[in-house]
Amino acid sequence: MSGAGVVPAIGPAARARLALRRVGAMTHKELRQLVRDRPSLGFIVGIPSLQLVLFGYAINMDVRQIPTAVLDRADSAWSRKLLSELEATQTFDLVHRVRSEAEAIRLLESSEIGAAVIVPPDLDRRLLRGRGAEISILADASNPTVASAVILAGQGFGRDWTSRMQPHLVGAVPGAPSLHLAPDDRHSFSPESDLVRAEPIRVAVLPFYNPERRTAVFIVPGLVGVILTMTMMLMTALAVVRERERGTFEYLIATPVSRSEVMVGKILPYLVVGHVQVALVLGLGWAIFDVPIHGSLIDLGFGALPFLAAMLSMGLVISSLARSQFQATQMSFFFFLPSMLLSGFMFPFDAMPRPAQWIGEALPLTHFLRIARGVLLKGAPIRSLESEVLAIVAFMAVALAIAVTTFRKRLE
Amino acid sequence: MSRSDEPPIIAATGLTRRFGERLAVDDLDLVVRPREIFGCLGPNGSGKTTLMRILMGLLAPSEGHATVLGCELPREAERLRPSVGYMTQRFSLYEDLTVRENLGFASQVFGLSRAETRERVTETLEEFALDGYAGARAGDLSGGWQQRVALAAATIHRPRLLVLDEPTAGLDPQSRREFWEKLFALAHAGATIFVSTHYMDEAVRCHRLCLLRDGRVAAIGTPAELCAPLDGRVVNLRVPEPERAIADLASEPLVASTTQLGDTLHVLLGPDAPPAVEAASRIDRFLRDRGHHEVRAGESEPNLEDAFVALVVAERRAAEEATP
Repeated sequence: MSGAGVVPAIGPAARARLALRRVGAMTHKELRQLVRDRPSLGFIVGIPSLQLVLFGYAINMDVRQIPTAVLDRADSAWSRKLLSELEATQTFDLVHRVRSEAEAIRLLESSEIGAAVIVPPDLDRRLLRGRGAEISILADASNPTVASAVILAGQGFGRDWTSRMQPHLVGAVPGAPSLHLAPDDRHSFSPESDLVRAEPIRVAVLPFYNPERRTAVFIVPGLVGVILTMTMMLMTALAVVRERERGTFEYLIATPVSRSEVMVGKILPYLVVGHVQVALVLGLGWAIFDVPIHGSLIDLGFGALPFLAAMLSMGLVISSLARSQFQATQMSFFFFLPSMLLSGFMFPFDAMPRPAQWIGEALPLTHFLRIARGVLLKGAPIRSLESEVLAIVAFMAVALAIAVTTFRKRLE
Repeated sequence: MSRSDEPPIIAATGLTRRFGERLAVDDLDLVVRPREIFGCLGPNGSGKTTLMRILMGLLAPSEGHATVLGCELPREAERLRPSVGYMTQRFSLYEDLTVRENLGFASQVFGLSRAETRERVTETLEEFALDGYAGARAGDLSGGWQQRVALAAATIHRPRLLVLDEPTAGLDPQSRREFWEKLFALAHAGATIFVSTHYMDEAVRCHRLCLLRDGRVAAIGTPAELCAPLDGRVVNLRVPEPERAIADLASEPLVASTTQLGDTLHVLLGPDAPPAVEAASRIDRFLRDRGHHEVRAGESEPNLEDAFVALVVAERRAAEEATP
């Protein structure tokens, strides 16, 4: 019995048809909204393209051109020949000449170099007498990838050099005529040949800071920076745009509060949050992965504070550009991607091509990673990392200035 | 000293604001005097919100001048801020903060010290009968209470001028009445209030008001002044078939518009109609000729709505004459 006020029952076929129609309506509506949100549409194309390019550039496990210091105690024709051949391998880029081991270690500590080559004073004598000279390479093992590359390249170079040079050297004495054997002739000597004696050079690689080359030791200090980049930036990126979305923005700008007061007021609370996160990640890293804390935490704070402020300022820049929280999240991701890939967090910085390194140098995370690894793993004092701190402060100042000028107390 | 002798609180001349091609505010002149409740009445899209935003220094006018409390806008907007309170159309307090926290924030952001804030918040909670809700989140309150909190927040720094953008939209009659009692108390205490509304019963309560149409001031004055030109131009009718009568009256040239109020028809006469008494008998005859019985027609008092409708009708007529 169906009266006028009763809803009619519908069959399964009709119900399916209705369901399809409703799904169609939802799909259509979503598509329309997506198309209307121009910036988001841009990110649909932008983010995959950026990802592809960045990964393509950054992922390069084939480490080359490691900035290297040289302590040439022999300073002879042989040592110069040896060093120039070492440089020709392209693994090492001999950028510094140092006078002492201490100086080399200081450069390692501040991450200006990734390796230091030490040539002993008695190189010539030992070479010519076939007694085996030892070349030491100090490697910054806080980055296990770099350290492995140094070890591989160093030892390979030692073996190669030995087998090529041996025929020239054995039995030779200063002033005496050499055996006049061309290097290519080395194949004519079997290893058992009596001309082959003790190896004339051995390359000893000394991994510094992280001798076991454990990945966790390398990753955790970097992770502090990566986590801070994402969380801090997102916090403030959403902060202004949230006021816009909720309608409190119009109320806020009608009060006497000034632009810079809004900015500073939005940054300060998160500085505290940021330090809590630093403590949390380091504490867990130490407890679970046995990540050492060699340097002073106060020194780390001198790097962390400007870094936090820089990330929060970057968030504010995003916030004053974005029109919705969704857009702000996407923009943050757009900044986060290069930070993670080009800063040296995942892939060795020195292995990246030049343009990628330039971009990397402009990112605060790159500098903070050097500070975090320097202080935590190498026990470097913050003074030796001054330039990194300055780079971060400069970034922060620029970002904050942009944020304050783009934040308008108007509704245009 | 009367209001008109003192310098005006708001003075605008030739105010114009364009959004692309569209004129939201069009060559508008306006004077608001001290301690008056000045109403701004107009349909959606007539430029009320844009006008208020300009007067708050939140939007720059494309042309013209606006001086509020002696501050030239938008140049001196920041100097103006401490002396004005603003309620946006949409609820704009922090929904995740409590009523007390919202009031505290408002107070401090307007520069009151911690001690002053404590005192003012307590006073304000009491004044607005919000004590019972002090600890409630602003977002959990009903519309009426939210608007009351918003008004409390807008007045916590004792502003000399209050700009309220449709503060009672969507509220029930009781809440609206209470809200207006508050407005009168504030005006009595010396504040000037610039308020926009859709409600005729609220518009009548303003000291003065302006009717806004398409960004222009269509009329300005006291409610009585706005109704005065319509004296003798309103007729009330009672007929058994009101729907059919409305349709028939559409072809009667004397009638400008007809509004149904239950069983009564409220008829506004055109500008060239004879006085209401005479028009009533002509309408009576007109309807009887069309088969209506038991028609009772008589003169009635004009109200603000009539004033508004008369303006619209006059405009339409002018437009029709311009394009034959």
